[in-house]
Amino acid sequence: MITERVLTLGALAALGLVALAAHVADEPFTVTLATRAAIFALAAVGLNLALGLGGLVSLGHAVFFGLGGYAMGILAWHAQMYQPMRIGPLEIAGTQSMPAIWLVAVAVSGLAALLIGLLALRTAGVYFIMITLAFGQMFYFFAVSWPAYGGEDGLSIYVRNGFPGLNTLDPIQFFGLCFALLAAATGLVAGLRRAPFGLALNAARQAPERVRAAGIEPQRLRLAAFVVSGAITGLAGALFADLNRFVSPAMFSWQLSGEIMVFVILGGAGRLSGPVLGAAAFVAMEHWLGGIWEYWHILLGLLLLGVVLFARGGIAGLVTGRSHV
Amino acid sequence: MSEAILSCREVTKRYGALTVSDAVCLDLRPGEIHALIGPNGAGKSTLVGQISGAIRPDAGRVLLDGQDVTDLPVAARARRGLARTFQVSQLAGGDTVRDNALLGAVGAAGAAFGLRPRRDLAARAAAALDRIGLAPLADTRAAALSHGERRRLEIAIALTLAPRAFVMDEPMAGLGPEGTAELTRLLDGLRHEAPILLIEHDMDAVFALADRISVLVAGRVVATGTVATIRADPAVRAAYLGEAP
Repeated sequence: MITERVLTLGALAALGLVALAAHVADEPFTVTLATRAAIFALAAVGLNLALGLGGLVSLGHAVFFGLGGYAMGILAWHAQMYQPMRIGPLEIAGTQSMPAIWLVAVAVSGLAALLIGLLALRTAGVYFIMITLAFGQMFYFFAVSWPAYGGEDGLSIYVRNGFPGLNTLDPIQFFGLCFALLAAATGLVAGLRRAPFGLALNAARQAPERVRAAGIEPQRLRLAAFVVSGAITGLAGALFADLNRFVSPAMFSWQLSGEIMVFVILGGAGRLSGPVLGAAAFVAMEHWLGGIWEYWHILLGLLLLGVVLFARGGIAGLVTGRSHV
Repeated sequence: MSEAILSCREVTKRYGALTVSDAVCLDLRPGEIHALIGPNGAGKSTLVGQISGAIRPDAGRVLLDGQDVTDLPVAARARRGLARTFQVSQLAGGDTVRDNALLGAVGAAGAAFGLRPRRDLAARAAAALDRIGLAPLADTRAAALSHGERRRLEIAIALTLAPRAFVMDEPMAGLGPEGTAELTRLLDGLRHEAPILLIEHDMDAVFALADRISVLVAGRVVATGTVATIRADPAVRAAYLGEAP
């Protein structure tokens, strides 16, 4: 029996090896595909914390993905136009430095998750899904109609943002950055799961009455999980914008929220390896099946149907059996 | 009684025209097992809800260790040492027996936001499982336990809470004669750790364990006393044991 730990490390290693092999074989496009998978996986690591462990079915995680994207887009746009941002008396020059952009992306999306969570967590079940979806739509239409940063057309950033000591324009180096962040986030979630916080969050999903009777407020756990979840997905959004050197309202769309959820469920909700497996499978299908057949989404739908009906543990569950979370 | 660890003072709850708890007064004293009995629909579960904090009384107070906890939610009362078990087991089924027990220790220590595994809490959980005889099943998922084992796990979790008082809602429900006998022995030894308010239908267990019994009929406590008094009380026999006075 393969343990969760081996599977997670194996999935991460495989993704890294694919990128390295493609780099050696001089196929930068495949490196970019692997980068896309790593970024989607990072977004899914975020959602998996809320959905898989916390049982919070958020159909609005594109909010955080988009906020991360726009954090990058807006900061980099001001920097490339040499046009400082004015907020009241404050003047912010913008930046093309990735670490600074990441910090802003994490802070902004974490704050948004806190505010959305405070409201949305008053509800549960279908209402929670609807309220998170509603927030997603609000952000989407705001981004479409706000002319300052491109509105519907989005923002193009001409040069990929920089990271000290690296040439981020080199596909394999940018992949390395994304991969390192994915590994770090996976490690963070692995640590949380082993800690009392993860234990309590996991129990709150299954038996909230029990958790209360043990002296713990489930709502506080859920809110904390939602904030960390949103921050991680926001970071992924900033990377995604940098990958494409472009950000548009599509990053806020509910289709994107749905796709992040597909990564999680396809890979295995609540499983540590789930996000990587799900996102990698999605990107692989998107590329190869999409290249053969325009209607490949039908096959994805069938696969998802199969997973939900017959293999609740997703791909991770198929490999390791239905071991517990 | 001033020394009571847990008490209800005139606790009243109405649902529309129906008075489910009618000025209920109840005391749980140190070292005792106080059984609460009554026919179906007498309002036992509603009373447990008000004691544990899940239901707010319309009037009256609930005191724990002499302090008014009427306005505190379930979790805050649990942190003060009110350890309850459920009529229908509430366990994290996908988690191991060990993790379920650990949850109580985590809650009692206020460590739910802890970011590092805690050995001391794990030891506390292990000790509780050991006492309840579930240590050999520590790695089993709670969902795979038998009914009786689940009941015992509920009590193990209550033990990890550093309880001041236990509130046990029909712990014998659904147990066979053997399971009931085993659990009776177990509860017998617990009363000196913390007094037990025992809501129970199994009269043999109640008569074997209780230091005092209160009888709840239609939301009112119609009698409180020792086993002998209650057995002899004509009003109780009429209302509860179904005999003509």
